[in-house]
Amino acid sequence: MHVIAQGLITEDNPPHLIGGRERETGRVVFPCPPGERYEQVALSRTGTLWSYTIQRYRPKSPPYKGPEAFRPWAVAYVELPGEVIVESRLTDVAFEDIRIGMPLELTMIPLDPDAPGSMMIPAFRPAGAAA
Amino acid sequence: MSGDVCIVGVGIHPFGRTDGLSGLEQGVFAVREALADAGIDWPQIQFAYGSSDAAGNPDTMVERLGLTGVQFINVRNGCAAGGSALFSAQMAIKSGEFDIGLAVGFDKHPRGAFNALPSEYNLPEWYGDAGYMITTQFFAAKIMRYMHEHGISQTSLARVANKAFRNAVHAPHAWRREPVDMETILEAPLVSDPYTKYMFCSPAEGGVALILASEKKARELGKPLVRLKAATMRTRPPKSFEVFAPSIDIGGGKATATQIASADAFRMAGIGPEDISLAQLQDTECGAEIMHMAENGFCKDGEQEAWLAQGRTEIGGALPVNTDGGCLACGEPIGASGLRQVYENVVQLRGDGGGRQVPGNPKTAYSHVYGAPGVSAVTILER
Repeated sequence: MHVIAQGLITEDNPPHLIGGRERETGRVVFPCPPGERYEQVALSRTGTLWSYTIQRYRPKSPPYKGPEAFRPWAVAYVELPGEVIVESRLTDVAFEDIRIGMPLELTMIPLDPDAPGSMMIPAFRPAGAAA
Repeated sequence: MSGDVCIVGVGIHPFGRTDGLSGLEQGVFAVREALADAGIDWPQIQFAYGSSDAAGNPDTMVERLGLTGVQFINVRNGCAAGGSALFSAQMAIKSGEFDIGLAVGFDKHPRGAFNALPSEYNLPEWYGDAGYMITTQFFAAKIMRYMHEHGISQTSLARVANKAFRNAVHAPHAWRREPVDMETILEAPLVSDPYTKYMFCSPAEGGVALILASEKKARELGKPLVRLKAATMRTRPPKSFEVFAPSIDIGGGKATATQIASADAFRMAGIGPEDISLAQLQDTECGAEIMHMAENGFCKDGEQEAWLAQGRTEIGGALPVNTDGGCLACGEPIGASGLRQVYENVVQLRGDGGGRQVPGNPKTAYSHVYGAPGVSAVTILER
């Protein structure tokens, strides 16, 4: 799998997001910053929707590396209980069915669904949806 | 220095789009207007602070205004740039070093959304590659959470935009000066849910100049005394939710730079939110005005729904907010926006607001900006 960046997810199957735990305070952030201040920690694969929006226009390139042909997508902030709230794509749910508080689980989706071998990015989908 | 720092001259170049005129030229235009308003000439200016984010170095305007050797310091501070220039200018006078000086801000941005790069914000490249370097995403996600927690409706968002365009009809410096009805605002295409295209401001152009003086100097000039009772600029506390955030602390999003800047400004001025006659609150999108009403202490979270339905923030209401249409109607030239708010407050305190004048001889006026990555600047003026 060609992940959009190294150090984002664990090599487990299924993978976990890799967060950073601040050694001094225990505060968890995502992604894990470089350097000694943070240690890598595998984050929970499940959480609940904290907030979201729909990206309805194509972001400018650079920096966006998604496809030229744009279809709106959902951006989520997902609360991983006791850890941190992470930003991610939201997938496998119709825009009108999105509800704050809905249970979600981690998956990986292609940045360009139409390109074979596209870079994969983290996303969350409704928990217990299609395997 | 004894007494207050006073604002003795104001000038503005209309906001919006002015093809063929650089941002700097719009700043020069505003300075000339402010000098004329104060009844002084450029050589009398002892110092200047200038803010611009994307339109060049403000100090180069000495070539247009006159090579008097004046001290001229450039300020870049994101959306708080104008506020920071004003703060610095008042400190220069408070120190006793100077009697009269200038705060000027201008900008000129390309059309479309601001184009930010991850490296400018200490973020990894993938964050931009994946399409997250988008300010509108953040604003939309922030208000979506706020609406969920505090029972704010999309109709209230539309009321804010509707008011902005109505107020701007009477503000010659505003950009979008045609009223837009509620239905049109609500049924327009969504940009980032729950915001339709009328609910976001656009990057724009414009210039604003303010001339500040010691109270003694202001009296010599014979200008009505508009006193700068407080000017603060603050950065974010822990657990805030800011633009370009790949993660937020659990329980985050409630503490903001605005709360700190606002509380400190009220403390300095020795008054409270209930003493303010009118306010200009950062409204880069409708929800910002709503959230900032609470963050600046004017109401509690959730009360905005009733406030807006009752028209309490209209020109004739208990607390008129964004009397010139704010960023929604004036657009956002980053370096100039914060100073536009203060310009508008001076106009209102002098009673020069024409069709948008707040009735009842307002005595106090409040301004607030907020921007990336968690900066806020507040001023309180008193007549």
